[in-house]
Amino acid sequence: MKPLLQAEHITKDYQLGEVTVHALKDVSFEIYEKELIVILGPSGSGKSTTLNILGGIETVTSGSVIYGSLKLNKADPQKLTAYRREHIGFIFQFYNLLPGLTALENIALSAELSNHPLDPGKLLEEVGLADRRDHFPNRLSGGEQQRIAIARALCKNPDLLLCDEPTGALDSRTGVQVLKLLEGFCRSYEKTVVLITHNRDIARIADRVFYFKDGRLEKIETNPDPKKPDEIMW
Amino acid sequence: MPGFLLEMQLPGLMPDGGWILLAKKTITGPAFIENSLPNVYAHWGDFLSAMKDTLIMELWAGSVSFLIGLILGIVLTVTRPGGILENRIIYQTLDKIVNMFRSIPFIILLTALMPLSRLIMGTAIYVRGAIVPLVFGCTPFFIRQVEAALAQTDYGLVEAALSMGCSPLDVIWRVYLKESIGHIARGTTITAISLLGLTAMAGAVGAGGLGDFAIRYGHDRNMTDITWITVLVLVIAVSIVQTFGGWVAKKNTH
Repeated sequence: MKPLLQAEHITKDYQLGEVTVHALKDVSFEIYEKELIVILGPSGSGKSTTLNILGGIETVTSGSVIYGSLKLNKADPQKLTAYRREHIGFIFQFYNLLPGLTALENIALSAELSNHPLDPGKLLEEVGLADRRDHFPNRLSGGEQQRIAIARALCKNPDLLLCDEPTGALDSRTGVQVLKLLEGFCRSYEKTVVLITHNRDIARIADRVFYFKDGRLEKIETNPDPKKPDEIMW
Repeated sequence: MPGFLLEMQLPGLMPDGGWILLAKKTITGPAFIENSLPNVYAHWGDFLSAMKDTLIMELWAGSVSFLIGLILGIVLTVTRPGGILENRIIYQTLDKIVNMFRSIPFIILLTALMPLSRLIMGTAIYVRGAIVPLVFGCTPFFIRQVEAALAQTDYGLVEAALSMGCSPLDVIWRVYLKESIGHIARGTTITAISLLGLTAMAGAVGAGGLGDFAIRYGHDRNMTDITWITVLVLVIAVSIVQTFGGWVAKKNTH
């Protein structure tokens, strides 16, 4: 398989007043096309930093991140914006839907940014919320908001879907629904999904699991038999 | 029964200081005005032109302040530490200038800016001369209102928009502005009402207006009915602005 993305010896330091925080210390990995990757680790272990670097929201302090022919560590802000626009879909723990736009408008917003978007109305059906198209986010439950957020991310038809604790604020049944959508996108659209969690059960749906601790990538485990989200419950 | 002349004119600042005349009509006032508000009746023409002057100052200074304030409020928001276009020099400079103008009492600003007024408007007196100081007095206040309105925006939304590939301009337009219309409407209402207060002082440079009218007749000549009517007109004006602003804010809050 061909690597979609390569990270080599990346480090990330933050300056907090006088103190330098080493969020990532010499992390290297490759991500292949069509993979479902779960990143596991306690809070502050560098999971989110890694995801933000992959998504071009943050830049590395040293090391290189290569996506196709694009070196993310050398790209200027305009290049990174274009990279996010064309290739990346992001999903957050707290959904981050625009409160002034309806469900459908939220999805359509990301379609406007893409060169090859999917149909917003069809995606709304796929996440099972066609009857909610004209509702504002504050009238939707957490699970529904997250499904809209997923539809919004998928609507751009991204190559790489990055999810930061997408089920963190949801109960387990709603969480499984959300995971089914993400897993389905990975398998049926043959796209790459990277998912952060601190829930070990969720790791069982992954092709590979990255274990983070104290800013280091401790080990990478290959899962010979990835489970379906239906088969896991927590 | 004597009538009085009502001239309906388009509020506008013509280069020669004149107004566009829309209609001229003599109407007769109800008898109760003549009897119970004798001074208002006697100075009806002055009263109308005072209202007109106040309206013109409010609309012109308000519109200019709205535009400049909106832009600079956005600049402050995006350049602040941690903002999407963080820029220490622009932020600190603008922040200090806003503080400086906000701390100058308006009556001082009014006379201090006379040379600038002369440069921009061609005169430092009358309504035309008051516009520049009004803009300088009102804009810094509105900048702070815009800043406060935009600060209500959840940074998660900004992050989400950036992660989708929105450029900084997209974020300003789609997230900061569109999601803050309600808050900006509230800030605009407060600013418009505070500007109305400032126009009352513009009489100091001969700009006329309701404040000047009330001081000159109501206070200086002890014509109490004029003071009361002026207050009444201002209460109505403030109520209209407040109601309209509240309506816009409510319509845009989800």
